[in-house]
Amino acid sequence: MIGAPLFKLSGLTKLYGARVGCRHASLEVRAGEVLAVVGESGSGKSTLLSCASGQMLPTSGGVLHGATSPDGRTVWRDIYQDLSEPERRKLLRSEWAYVHQDARDGLRMSVSAGGNIGERMMAAGARRYGAIRREAEAWLARVEIPTDRLDDRPTAFSGGMRQRLQIARALATGPKLVFMDEPTGGLDVSVQARLLDLVRRLVAEYDLAVIIVTHDLAVARLLAHRMVVMKQGRIVESGLTDQILDDPLHPYSQLLVSSILQT
Amino acid sequence: MSAQDLSSAAAPAPAEEEADYNFAYLDENTKRMIRRALLKAVAIPGYQTPFASREMPMPYGWGTGGVQVTSACLTESDSLKVIDQGADDTTNAVSIRKFFERTARVATTTRTEEATIIQTRHRIPETPLTENQILVYQVPIPEPLRFLEPRETETRKMHALEEYGLMHVKLYEDIARHGHIATAYAYPVQVGRRYVMDPSPIPKFDNPKLSNCPALQLFGAGREQRIYAVPPYTEAISLDFEDHPFDPGGVDQPCALCGATGVYLDEVITDDQGTRMYVCSDTDHCEKTRADAEAAQ
Amino acid sequence: MYVASKGGENAINAAHKLMAEARRGDPSVAELSVAQIREQLRLAVARVCAEGSLYDFDLGALAIKQSRGDMIEAIFLMRAYRATLPRFGYTQPIDTARMMVARRISATFKDLPGGQILGPTFDYTHRLLDFKLAAEGGEAAPAQTAPADPTPPPHVLSLLNREQLIEPAGVAAPEDQAAPPDLTRSPLELPACRALRMQALARGDEGFLLGLAYSTQRGYARNHAFVGELRIGMVEVEFDIPEIGLTVSIGEIEVTECETVNQFTGSKTEPPQFTRGYGLAFGQSERKTLAMALVDRALRWRELGEDDLGAPAQDEEFVLSHVDNIQASGFLEHIKLPHYVDFQAELELIRTLRREAFERRTQNQEAAE
Repeated sequence: MIGAPLFKLSGLTKLYGARVGCRHASLEVRAGEVLAVVGESGSGKSTLLSCASGQMLPTSGGVLHGATSPDGRTVWRDIYQDLSEPERRKLLRSEWAYVHQDARDGLRMSVSAGGNIGERMMAAGARRYGAIRREAEAWLARVEIPTDRLDDRPTAFSGGMRQRLQIARALATGPKLVFMDEPTGGLDVSVQARLLDLVRRLVAEYDLAVIIVTHDLAVARLLAHRMVVMKQGRIVESGLTDQILDDPLHPYSQLLVSSILQT
Repeated sequence: MSAQDLSSAAAPAPAEEEADYNFAYLDENTKRMIRRALLKAVAIPGYQTPFASREMPMPYGWGTGGVQVTSACLTESDSLKVIDQGADDTTNAVSIRKFFERTARVATTTRTEEATIIQTRHRIPETPLTENQILVYQVPIPEPLRFLEPRETETRKMHALEEYGLMHVKLYEDIARHGHIATAYAYPVQVGRRYVMDPSPIPKFDNPKLSNCPALQLFGAGREQRIYAVPPYTEAISLDFEDHPFDPGGVDQPCALCGATGVYLDEVITDDQGTRMYVCSDTDHCEKTRADAEAAQ
Repeated sequence: MYVASKGGENAINAAHKLMAEARRGDPSVAELSVAQIREQLRLAVARVCAEGSLYDFDLGALAIKQSRGDMIEAIFLMRAYRATLPRFGYTQPIDTARMMVARRISATFKDLPGGQILGPTFDYTHRLLDFKLAAEGGEAAPAQTAPADPTPPPHVLSLLNREQLIEPAGVAAPEDQAAPPDLTRSPLELPACRALRMQALARGDEGFLLGLAYSTQRGYARNHAFVGELRIGMVEVEFDIPEIGLTVSIGEIEVTECETVNQFTGSKTEPPQFTRGYGLAFGQSERKTLAMALVDRALRWRELGEDDLGAPAQDEEFVLSHVDNIQASGFLEHIKLPHYVDFQAELELIRTLRREAFERRTQNQEAAE
């Protein structure tokens, strides 16, 4: 179900000295909508994700968080200009979540699976050990990890399991918007397929909005409602996923699509 | 002196015996700097206030923070008590008490109720404290998050933003592994519903005494250059889970010497067969209980 | 009946008497004088002054005598004494370009204005125990030295600077423009500016710095250091007296200064330049200042736009938090103090945990049977 708009970039620009990270990027995401940002490495998609997810201050332009007011209107607030650092960090660990390409960046490797999933709940004020544990157990089951691994540390997990655990940790506090950075990168093809399947199921089940950065058009095709294509720091084309994959307009998109389809 | 006149303590004349040094060793400018830090600490309960700790004539880690705080608080009319492990006659307590006898020539006492300033390492006296007393703690590592996050730059940010989730992760991991919160001393507390604070390595048995105490509690960490405080009648809640509540523990038997119950006991091994007995850790309280019993007979 | 042991005070007094006896050693052997230590153990005295951050060779010698040759204990005595001294103000920065050099070498140029002056050095000696020194009363013959040059030699790196081949000396990063903070008067705050880092390194432990510097050479944030110049000698200390509107010389101190030439930086817009590391300490403290220069350079990675390689010597918070040997040894040795209250609390906990673990095991076994 696509709902109210909850995230917007307007004219986002990030410069590294004289070099362009990304320039004049604008996009909008609604509740329950999956947006893929595709492009080859160096296209600016990682810069865009870092700025969008509250980790890097853009040079100019807005990163806007939309909240629905009691009378049903959407109130936009720039996460860097209008939110204080505590407010921004709170947003990042409540309504938003982030899934890293490398699960080690998103997990505490020396803390048990249960502790990893429970951390965000405890940070949000959960103080019943039993309830936290049951909830963590339920999340393990949802991401298809045997629940008897609850007290094991992620160091003892396979790559695919670690990534699923990271997703459970990110989703445990019920975020509305999840940023994903190449979540299937570095995984075997069979493991990738299973993970994508899981993500697709969770997105539908929890009505998540997702901004997923990937160089893999197959990932975009499987998950995304809409996509944007980036080249040299700019968004060169955006539209419905099927539309772009079937009938790319921009020459670069055509190149990208044809090169993927040939391989 | 009491908390009220902390800021206005006048410079007393130097002691005769140690005329080379100022009253209570530190010069007045240094004391003023420490008092400013103390006032800030009292104003923000549980917040670790940086202060320019001086090199003291005893090693870092041996009470330099507590000694500096005591030095900044002492006046000539004070009566000082120094304890280590609850006892007045442990070697380091003796050494620190002698230091102030030499440099400040204040009255010293071993009786808790007679003391106006009590410097302590690792214990809170059993005798309830009053509004006219200051309890000065020696603190080795002031940062309760230190063993979860080694970086000072990071932990200061966590305090500023009240991001204490990690602290509960530690408690969660303890219960998951051991069935209990496996922290027996230096058990973290949240002060005034804001800052999470390390109460120094007192046994968790003493934690309930921290909260709503009538006395001013000051904490000095010399090597780490931090001062913090729990003002009188301030709440200090030991962190826990609702379904695994904080348990102060303690040995369930009376002191073998004075018969007191509900006090912290040291285990003493009396022979090479492992025979042991339990006696009061607070030596003053033990003596008082015995004297009271004798007087009653 | 058990009686708790008392008498900590008597025990302490007796221990201190014993220590005084042990310090004296065999009374049939002549007692060391402070002057003998000052003159004949000069490098030890220099280290005590450098890491004690107090320039007084007599007190340094006294501290070594009192500490029975335990260097960190001697440094501690100096520091504690220093903390009691009144602070009149800050001197002008010393000008090492005007140093009367006793030793001055460069590894980067074979010959240079002012020449290479070996001075008193262990370098190129064969490390053979000299049994002649064991026989008492040997007087060293006076060494042949060239007449002292009254004009101080220029800094070697200033020659490179003329061609702009090296970054200028003492370039302050933007955060360093203000008056340098004083590590002994305000608490260490991180991140620190270079001036503050230098203060911490200058009074830091020689052994710790040596290990860190060595680690950079072995590849943990390697910075390709050459000794551009090492100079040892006397410099004047000048003090501003605002009341009379004059700057007066208040004496001379011996210092060692080391400047390293390090790998160059540069980009498409900035032409490449060598960079510098810097070390300075009281007295003849060569190893200390060399190590300091390498660690200083390693800590500058952020300012110079280099990568954080995760090496210990690059980690400002790690280095500054652990470089002070008085803090380190105090905290290390405090574990000798009684901890029986904490230990008691741990004992109770571990007994409970073990009891419960046994109960669980028994239950499981019963359930299995």
